[in-house]
Amino acid sequence: MMDKISKFRSSYLWYSFKNDKFAIASFLVFMLLLIIAVFAPLISPYNPYSPDNIFILNAEMPPFWIDGGSKEFLLGTDDQGRDLLSTMIYGLRISIMIGIGAVLLQAILGIIIGLISGYVGGKIDSFFMRLADVQLSFSYLMVAIFLSAIFKAAFGVGTFGEVAVPFLIIVIGLAQWPQYARTVRASVLAEKEKEYVQAARVTGFGSVKIMWSHILPNCLSPIFVLSTIQVANAVMSEAALSFLGLGMPVTRPSLGSLINSGFEYIFSGSWWITAFPGIVLVILVLSVNMLGDWLRDTLNPKLYKG
Amino acid sequence: MSEKLLDVKNLVVNFKMRSGEVTAIDNVSFSLLKGEKFGLVGESGAGKSVTGFSIIKLISKPGYIKSGEILFKNNDLAKLDYESIRKIRGNRISMIFQDPMMTLNPVLTIGTQMIETLMAHKNISKSEARKIAVEKLKKVHIPSPEKRLEQYPHEFSGGMRQRIIIAISLLTDPELIIADEPTTALDVTIQAEIMELLLQLCDSMGMGLILITHDLAVVSQVTDRMAVMYAGKIIEEGNTLEIIENPKHPYTEGLIAALPERASTKEKLNQIPGNMPGLGQIPEGCSFHPRCTKMMDICLTEEPELKEYKNLHRKISCHLYNEKEQ
Amino acid sequence: MPETPLLEVKGVYKHFDISGGFLDKLSFEKGKPYLKKTYVKAVNNVSFDINTGETFSVVGESGCGKSTLGRSIIGLYKINRGEIHYSGKRIDNLSEKQMLVYRKKMQMVFQDPYASLNPRKNVKSILTAPLKFHFPDLSASEINDKASEVLELVGGDTAWFKRLPHEFSGGQRQRISIARSLIVDPEFIVADEPISALDVSIQAQIINLLIDAQNKKGLTYLFVAHDLSVVEHISDKVMVMYLGTICELADTKTLFSDPKHPYTKALFSAIPKLGKPLAKHIPLEGEVPTPINLPSGCVFHGRCRHANERCKTEVPALIEKDGRKIACHGVEEGRI
Repeated sequence: MMDKISKFRSSYLWYSFKNDKFAIASFLVFMLLLIIAVFAPLISPYNPYSPDNIFILNAEMPPFWIDGGSKEFLLGTDDQGRDLLSTMIYGLRISIMIGIGAVLLQAILGIIIGLISGYVGGKIDSFFMRLADVQLSFSYLMVAIFLSAIFKAAFGVGTFGEVAVPFLIIVIGLAQWPQYARTVRASVLAEKEKEYVQAARVTGFGSVKIMWSHILPNCLSPIFVLSTIQVANAVMSEAALSFLGLGMPVTRPSLGSLINSGFEYIFSGSWWITAFPGIVLVILVLSVNMLGDWLRDTLNPKLYKG
Repeated sequence: MSEKLLDVKNLVVNFKMRSGEVTAIDNVSFSLLKGEKFGLVGESGAGKSVTGFSIIKLISKPGYIKSGEILFKNNDLAKLDYESIRKIRGNRISMIFQDPMMTLNPVLTIGTQMIETLMAHKNISKSEARKIAVEKLKKVHIPSPEKRLEQYPHEFSGGMRQRIIIAISLLTDPELIIADEPTTALDVTIQAEIMELLLQLCDSMGMGLILITHDLAVVSQVTDRMAVMYAGKIIEEGNTLEIIENPKHPYTEGLIAALPERASTKEKLNQIPGNMPGLGQIPEGCSFHPRCTKMMDICLTEEPELKEYKNLHRKISCHLYNEKEQ
Repeated sequence: MPETPLLEVKGVYKHFDISGGFLDKLSFEKGKPYLKKTYVKAVNNVSFDINTGETFSVVGESGCGKSTLGRSIIGLYKINRGEIHYSGKRIDNLSEKQMLVYRKKMQMVFQDPYASLNPRKNVKSILTAPLKFHFPDLSASEINDKASEVLELVGGDTAWFKRLPHEFSGGQRQRISIARSLIVDPEFIVADEPISALDVSIQAQIINLLIDAQNKKGLTYLFVAHDLSVVEHISDKVMVMYLGTICELADTKTLFSDPKHPYTKALFSAIPKLGKPLAKHIPLEGEVPTPINLPSGCVFHGRCRHANERCKTEVPALIEKDGRKIACHGVEEGRI
């Protein structure tokens, strides 16, 4: 263990991280948001989903530093009387859950398909790549509209609300697996020709073993870089869907649905309902993107020869 | 009495690494007369390519020229600014690199690449530049040069591409050509032809040649004088054939003895134990001492200097000869 | 009673289909569509034997098919025509499972020391994986001992076990590659340009290592190389290839002292020898043709000074003459 720690500390990854202020800043910000999301029940002043906390009389109260606000509701309340801060914290939690969940789904699906496609080649490769092309030509919005309409019609809005999170994870996850598949396939094609793979074949190892324990570990760098970008994308996609009313229901809002529900009220003066969730969303996506940028530069293939 | 074309004096090139600064070229000095062919020999990591690049200030971060003079016809290249060195590069001093595929831009025709090189250095029209390009292609024995100007690099074989690169380097009638392993990537039969071509051209055009290579045999066929580099220093310098027949520094001896043609069949080859030290791992005293069969006590602590031994007609950096002098 | 050669290669052809997809193949001739197929004819009708304990070298320039031949013999490629026999048994038509037995006996050392080791695995893992795979009944300590033994044989050190490939130099990596190929106790090793990517002084170390290993373990080598001086030093027999065809095959002394095929002569004369003036090499006309559109008749006729009409149309057969095998009409007819 100590071995591994000291190896990490002398590695280029750590060196590059230490010296890049943006990387450190974005990492800290992301960690902060993550901790807030994970410990939401402990941090949040109220539980926004409990009906006890919704007093319609409290609706549309401004943040505490403005006339009419109170310290009870630090950032004000939304149109249903829920404390905005609490709702935002839980909303952040949902956004991150969906973001990471969708990426896990995309990654697993995409990596497996990419591995097989790249290693086996031939007709199987053509089939999967054409499938990827078809998948990419479907706008995920269209798919989401279509599927959610059917679902709601079949099972009712209430049930939809309960399964909204897994539903969104599946829709967004399925929409983006081709990104992973293509990236992994490209790596596999490059690694396949390298002599250590041929040495493994000469030794007699089977295809599955070679794909899994020889090639895949060497494709991890592009996968990591892609994942950070995809988390940001997934969060944005969910926000967009919720903004359009196709995502999280009003009873369990994510940052996106909060932005949506507050939108109508901007012009009537209650700007905070849209503004604060919007700011948090931007910070989340920005920090993840910047981490991805730094990671991409650090893991630049030129360094692979090291 | 030939004039000196290039005089490198006490060149030091350092690299800024995250662990500190390391010296890649340690106090290297050598000179070249007009029209002379000089070989810079060593294994990978010895610093010969870095030396070649430094002459025309092609070293980029984290490397930089720390000190020393690079006198090209009495002009110190090390002190020149970017604009001034640009006028020399590709114009008075040309460079040929190892891999012809990397040197030629795959999306531009040969003609475009040659003409733009010419027009960057000379104030002439496109049609005049084209004429010169055709003339140079003829010089390197490319058949139907006018047609070939319209073709792309991938339409030529490896040997022809290297010829084209030689033609490009000749466009401005330079006075010095630095060739960095020009034939390593080529087949043996093509290699012989390219080296012969280079020799002929240097002789007919009176150009100086610095041949950077690890191949002792090639250097023995082409150069008049040579310097052997080890871990960033020149350890032996002199007349090429004399060094090959009679190497003085233990490393040079080892290098030549390790060649298969110097061993008897199926017996083990003469090998030099160990590896060349990497940047920043150079031992105290003489950098070669851990691998030297003739090591003495003084070698552990004191670094030998490159001294000229008139009676041996050689410059050697080795304590063995110091002692003999005294 | 002559022994069965360890390896017999009979009439082997290996062509790579680079026709591409359907649309790539679609072509028109005289207004009619047809599917054009393009092949890289890497190896054409190659036959030879290697006896136990021999070092057999295949030489030639790029595009001659020597690497493809080596890889076909070891089973990385399936040949299109011909047969390969090992210890008298045919191996080119076996399934992967049936081949497993031979995988222990036949191993390979590759050219690029930087690509031949998995960058994510440490030395111990690289060495022990083949051993565990082929001998699953060995105990952990037996495996450890074997790995240490073979690593020391190649001049390495057990301290290397925990380190990753990028921490080693080219020469050291090549030693590890060789150790990996030796750990399963093979009989036959294909070495595909094992020293081309190394420095001159390290080349000597690795060659000595290979000679050592051969003496200690009674190995048979198929050496693929383009460095003729090394080949002359270590080989018993040498085979010269050009564009996938055998030009000349003889034992080392015979071939190097008295080459007869025009290509062999040109090749040997082009080797830079210390102090030999350049002007003495035999120039070859034209450029090397590609293995896609092979010339008709003798593949070398376009560049040969002695080519006649027969050379342009008839492929020369590999005949025995002057104590060697040679494929040349000129030599057969006594013209050269």
